[in-house]
Amino acid sequence: MSVIEVTNLTKYYGKSRGIVDVSFSEEEGEIFGFIGPNGAGKSTTIRLLLSLIHPTSGSAKVFGKDVVAHGPEIRRDIGYLPSDVFYYEGMKVIDLLKYSASFYDCDCTQRMHELSEIMELEMNRRISDLSYGNKKKVGIVQGLLHSPKLLFLDEPTAGLDPLMQRKFFDLIRAENARGVTVFFSSHILGEVQRLCNRVGIIREGKIVEISDIRTLQQNNYKKVNVTADGLNPATFDLPGVTNLQTENGTLHFFFKGDINAVLQKISAIQVTDVTIEEPTLEEIFMHYYE
Amino acid sequence: MNANIYRHEFRIRLKSVIIWSLALTFLIVFFFSLFPVFADQAALMNEFLARYPQELRAAFGMDNMDLATVLGFYSFVFMFVQLCLAIQASNYGFGLVSIEESELTADFLLSKPVSRRQVMTSKLLAALTSLTLTNLVVWVSSFVAITLFREQREYETGTLLLLLLSIVIFQLFFLSVGLVVSLLVKRVRSVTPYALGLGFGMYVLSAFSGVFGEVTLELLTPFKHLDAASIVKYSAYDTPLVLLNAAVTLVALAVSYWLYTRRNIPAVS
Repeated sequence: MSVIEVTNLTKYYGKSRGIVDVSFSEEEGEIFGFIGPNGAGKSTTIRLLLSLIHPTSGSAKVFGKDVVAHGPEIRRDIGYLPSDVFYYEGMKVIDLLKYSASFYDCDCTQRMHELSEIMELEMNRRISDLSYGNKKKVGIVQGLLHSPKLLFLDEPTAGLDPLMQRKFFDLIRAENARGVTVFFSSHILGEVQRLCNRVGIIREGKIVEISDIRTLQQNNYKKVNVTADGLNPATFDLPGVTNLQTENGTLHFFFKGDINAVLQKISAIQVTDVTIEEPTLEEIFMHYYE
Repeated sequence: MNANIYRHEFRIRLKSVIIWSLALTFLIVFFFSLFPVFADQAALMNEFLARYPQELRAAFGMDNMDLATVLGFYSFVFMFVQLCLAIQASNYGFGLVSIEESELTADFLLSKPVSRRQVMTSKLLAALTSLTLTNLVVWVSSFVAITLFREQREYETGTLLLLLLSIVIFQLFFLSVGLVVSLLVKRVRSVTPYALGLGFGMYVLSAFSGVFGEVTLELLTPFKHLDAASIVKYSAYDTPLVLLNAAVTLVALAVSYWLYTRRNIPAVS
């Protein structure tokens, strides 16, 4: 069953673009990575799905229900961690968490204490006294305490130290193992690579690629490095070659297509070193953005 | 309506309610304690006032007042009470949903399983409760002040009740107009200037309409719709103006609901 189903979703803020004609779906139990640089429309998409903003055209369904018509009902099973966390400054952490829990029909007290313990959150401090990282922890606990079925994480790791990031990822994996669907937006590719099954890449408001993270890495591009004396870059000017660069006598490029074509070219020259490797997500990503 | 939001909203405003209530109590009791002096020197006082130009007296709404009577003097005090109540109610109105946005907590609240309509209703009822508390304090301190300082001078209890009952209509006007304006503008950065603007603005309009005589400005301002001096003078509301006031309030509320359910909550930037 598709938990999220987005069809030709478009959002303009007056004349400025939010997202244009975005379509994708996410299956139950998936961790879907949504990557793109700042301002690409990641948060806009999440805010549309939470009906914090309303679409200009197109539609979106969560749990099979239209987000505009059934917002409150849908949000019962959603946990949301915004990219920037802001809470009522005068409140204590514990009061804020209780306020948050009061919106759901569950006794969330136990889960709340469990999570706070894992994230090492001090519950008796005032929100205004917390550092950014600690506010983020409050965000994590309030997003998870009602055991949601779908999690929206909008650049969740910003402000967390590496130790906390790891705890957080373990937490997300554990939730996912329980069957929770996760929608993970980020511009840090390493973490997406570690966590997600599938990724969507968004650029300037449009989806440029949706694919399995493995297929993206394996079948799409190879990163080729060739070192040789008197190398002529023109030799490798084949169809399917991109990002051709020479650096200290070494040629770097990406290749998509039948690898034999490259191998033939390589075998024709005297090389000192050759590597053909899978590109990191980072490199694929840069490729999409150039 | 959502009880959690209601409770939260009420608690947030409690301190402000206490401060306004104390200020109003002080204003009423202190001001009214001057009444015996005014009443004793009534002839002198009225003669003194008569020397001022008619326009100036009109600007302060004093052309219809007899400061020698309990309610005449009270209606003079009541004008300042109205001004304070106007600023307080506009403050709550402007801040009702905009504070949530300027302090960026709207994301938290609206990603909870509640509808915008529920949020709005709960917030409105919480604000109304806060205003009603202040209102009650005004009632009590008015009765106390009058009892303490009237010195056996008689007054019409019915008229006083009429005057005090007008407060709730008055507060609702500023609450809802503040709210609708806050939803019409793109972003309210700071609530206080807006609230002072609306409160004082309406007061000044009413003063001007007094200076210029019968002009249509009085149609606009609640200070004229519920003019204390004229309520005391006629022991009745000016029904068409009160109806106009109520109509504006209702339209403002309806438009607010309409705008809020369609509102795009601005992202943190």
